[in-house]
Amino acid sequence: MTTMRPQDILLPAAAGLCCKPGGFHIDPVRPVERAVITHGHSDHARAGHGAVLATQETLDMMRLRYGENFAGSTQVISYGEEIRLGDVKVKFHPAGHVLGSAQIAVTCKDTCIVASGDYKDAPDPTCTPFELVPCDVFITEATFGLPVFRHGDASDEVKKLLASVALFPERAHLVGAYSLGKAQRVIALLRQAGYDAPIYLHGAMEKITEYYQSRGIELGELRPVQGVKKAALAGTITLAPPSATSDIWTRRFPDPVTAFASGWMRVRARARQRGVELPLVISDHADWDGLTATIAATGAGEIWVTHGQEDALVHWCRSKGLKAQPLDLVGYGDEEESETPVAGEAEA
Amino acid sequence: MNRFAELLDRLAYEPGRNNKLRLLTGYFREVGDPDRGYALAALTGALSFKHAKPALVRDLISSRTDEVLFGLSYDYVGDLSETVALMWPKAELTAHNNPPPPTLTEVVTTLRTLGKTELPKQLERWLDELDETGRWALLKLVTGALRIGISARLAKTAAAALGDKDPHEVELIWPGLSPPYLDLFAWLEGRADKPVNRDPAPFRPVMLAHAIEDGDFAALDPADYIAEWKWDGIRVQAVAGRDEHGHITARLYSRTGEDITGSFPDLVPSLRLPGAIDGELLILREGRVQSFNVLQQRLNRKVVSPKLIKEFPIHLRAYDLLGDDENDLRELPFAERRERLESFIAKLGDPRIDLSPTVPFASWEALTAARADPASAGAGEDADAVEGVMLKRRDAPYLPGRPKGQWWKWKRDPHIIDAVLMYAQRGHGKRSSYYSDYTFGVWTAGADGDELVPVGKAYFGFTDEELLQIDRFVRRNTTEKFGPVRHVVHEGDKGLVLEVAFEGLQRSPRHKSGVAMRFPRISRLRWDKPPREADRLETLERMLKEEAAEIEA
Repeated sequence: MTTMRPQDILLPAAAGLCCKPGGFHIDPVRPVERAVITHGHSDHARAGHGAVLATQETLDMMRLRYGENFAGSTQVISYGEEIRLGDVKVKFHPAGHVLGSAQIAVTCKDTCIVASGDYKDAPDPTCTPFELVPCDVFITEATFGLPVFRHGDASDEVKKLLASVALFPERAHLVGAYSLGKAQRVIALLRQAGYDAPIYLHGAMEKITEYYQSRGIELGELRPVQGVKKAALAGTITLAPPSATSDIWTRRFPDPVTAFASGWMRVRARARQRGVELPLVISDHADWDGLTATIAATGAGEIWVTHGQEDALVHWCRSKGLKAQPLDLVGYGDEEESETPVAGEAEA
Repeated sequence: MNRFAELLDRLAYEPGRNNKLRLLTGYFREVGDPDRGYALAALTGALSFKHAKPALVRDLISSRTDEVLFGLSYDYVGDLSETVALMWPKAELTAHNNPPPPTLTEVVTTLRTLGKTELPKQLERWLDELDETGRWALLKLVTGALRIGISARLAKTAAAALGDKDPHEVELIWPGLSPPYLDLFAWLEGRADKPVNRDPAPFRPVMLAHAIEDGDFAALDPADYIAEWKWDGIRVQAVAGRDEHGHITARLYSRTGEDITGSFPDLVPSLRLPGAIDGELLILREGRVQSFNVLQQRLNRKVVSPKLIKEFPIHLRAYDLLGDDENDLRELPFAERRERLESFIAKLGDPRIDLSPTVPFASWEALTAARADPASAGAGEDADAVEGVMLKRRDAPYLPGRPKGQWWKWKRDPHIIDAVLMYAQRGHGKRSSYYSDYTFGVWTAGADGDELVPVGKAYFGFTDEELLQIDRFVRRNTTEKFGPVRHVVHEGDKGLVLEVAFEGLQRSPRHKSGVAMRFPRISRLRWDKPPREADRLETLERMLKEEAAEIEA
């Protein structure tokens, strides 16, 4: 029996992470014959593949964004379910990143590689908690792969928002949050903190938020902000995509306080650059402690580091005696949260 | 300390003045003595700790963290205090008997008495006890680099609001107060009398003028006003008083109350009569007033060399007297103060201090003529340093702030050029959804024919309606975007011409064009003018030569 080298199982290619023995790509950035997708964010879940294997939620989100014909065929897989593809076995585990997000364990002979996609080990009322999967090779993201990123308790950040609403009752609070995942998590956290007034939504996040509600996630009373009179928005909270919070669109609000819920808000220059007055450090990615603790706990002897601050995390792994290398994958991090906030900002 | 840190954190992000005030006043109301007093001291720049240097902070972090990880993090964050605050790995504390995080008072009082050698251990202990924001605030505080956009004046205004007092009242007694300001807060909360200022040479809040518009004259009677030249210098208050031993203390204050005596030691010996003069700081060479550009060579200097003093001899031109010996003159009408001033200056008889002359006039027509030609109307050889006229009501008492209808400034017409809008950037706060900061340029000969070179930036001067129009133009005519900056179309026949008004020009190696404008603002939008007809750099260079000739003279 020959042992397989990990790179014979998974290898970076132009289209994304390619599994030759299984005949598929993970989160491909170009159309491929067979795609296995970790979660619904647009830089991981793209349209135009032949066959797509993903969780029900991820497939539903792709359908919402790209329409019915986003792929040739689709196949649903649940957490904990194992499927054979070519010479490998593929098993999905919760990643705790957003609703339906998964880590993908690929096993070939005796070697198990876990591609974690994006993940966080912090509690989130809107999705299944992260599950630790022991493996030989762990592929980790590094969005917040610097020791300055420590995210703290998200509910404390929501308390900060509520304190500001109490301090400025005549102003509107405008919270920039990514439409898929972050917005719903912020709403759920506000409800947990006892805030029961209606929460207003920017038009761009209505559909996806309704989808979350249809999956049984309690978000309380939500209203479209469109058409509401300016004066009526005093003292209210509105969620909007980050790009909208610095756009003409904000002129409909009375003296708005601009908040932004993102892991980037840990760094002042990032918040100021964007004109944020109330930074809320709420992230759907693991912070430095989360990344390093997870890497250690998987028991993996080899770590591949993708999109983000690879250098620091690779350095840390090596200092702990782990084999580690950056995996140069192009095309990830284009989804809003991973991107530099100001550059390339979309504007309507 | 954590509550103070929370305040600094919030202030650092808040662009609006009124909201800053509310945050500050809220803090003063909520937090007790003496913490709030030390906070006020920190915000007004009244604290400094000489041993805490950035190098010490660096040493602390390198003893706790991996050098490579620190390097990468510092690179990313770009600020030492912030990087250290964020990545500080807390020592493993035992679950019981953890000391509570230090209060602001503890930090300030400890730092005051701590020796240099004990400082690292103490800082380390505090960094372990505080959270991220607390660590950030601590490091900003001890290294003396708060930089959160709060002026001392704003902090005092917020304190005054605690007791519904006029900020000028606080300003008035401020020089006699010291941290943690227990007597100040007691008075503001109605628990004690107003503290008495025992400073022998205190600052008095200044009276400011409104800019006069053509339409204002109709309602004004020339007989009610005294006119003076408006000098292009620095407004100062020169105060001398006797301390408890009878010795004279002299101080020079900027118009905001900053003590700038140290920058002008050559003026101090002339301030030997007890009193408070309101006047203009100028440079005089052979009895002749030099331009503002010349005066600028003496501003913001840390070291004032004998050479500088000799080449740029300082002078005070007096136009008001607020105090004469023990007597407060501020309640007197201006005409009476003026008389007192004239005899005060005569009695002083010092060549470095003279009287700003009045400009006699019987009608607005006569004053218009004088303003148009100061040289023939009494300013003589100093006419170049005149930037207009001041009008002061004869019966006006000296009122702090900018009271309506008392003092008017009537500036000479500014320099005007037509420039082309090149780049636009979003504003801050209320203007964050508008492109309200404009970079404009003029034509110059380039390698491939004429090209525009940026000569300045302006973000005011336009009306709200004009702002909307420019904003619309920018959004529709963007050629490229770089983060918050938009490149706006600027070609010979496509683009927007802005009429830019400014007060003066200076040579500047930092600008590509080689010139920098003083106080530029948008005075008109020239929708009618094609960009190719905008001004050329040569025009500015000509104006520059005229001004530069004076500095070297």
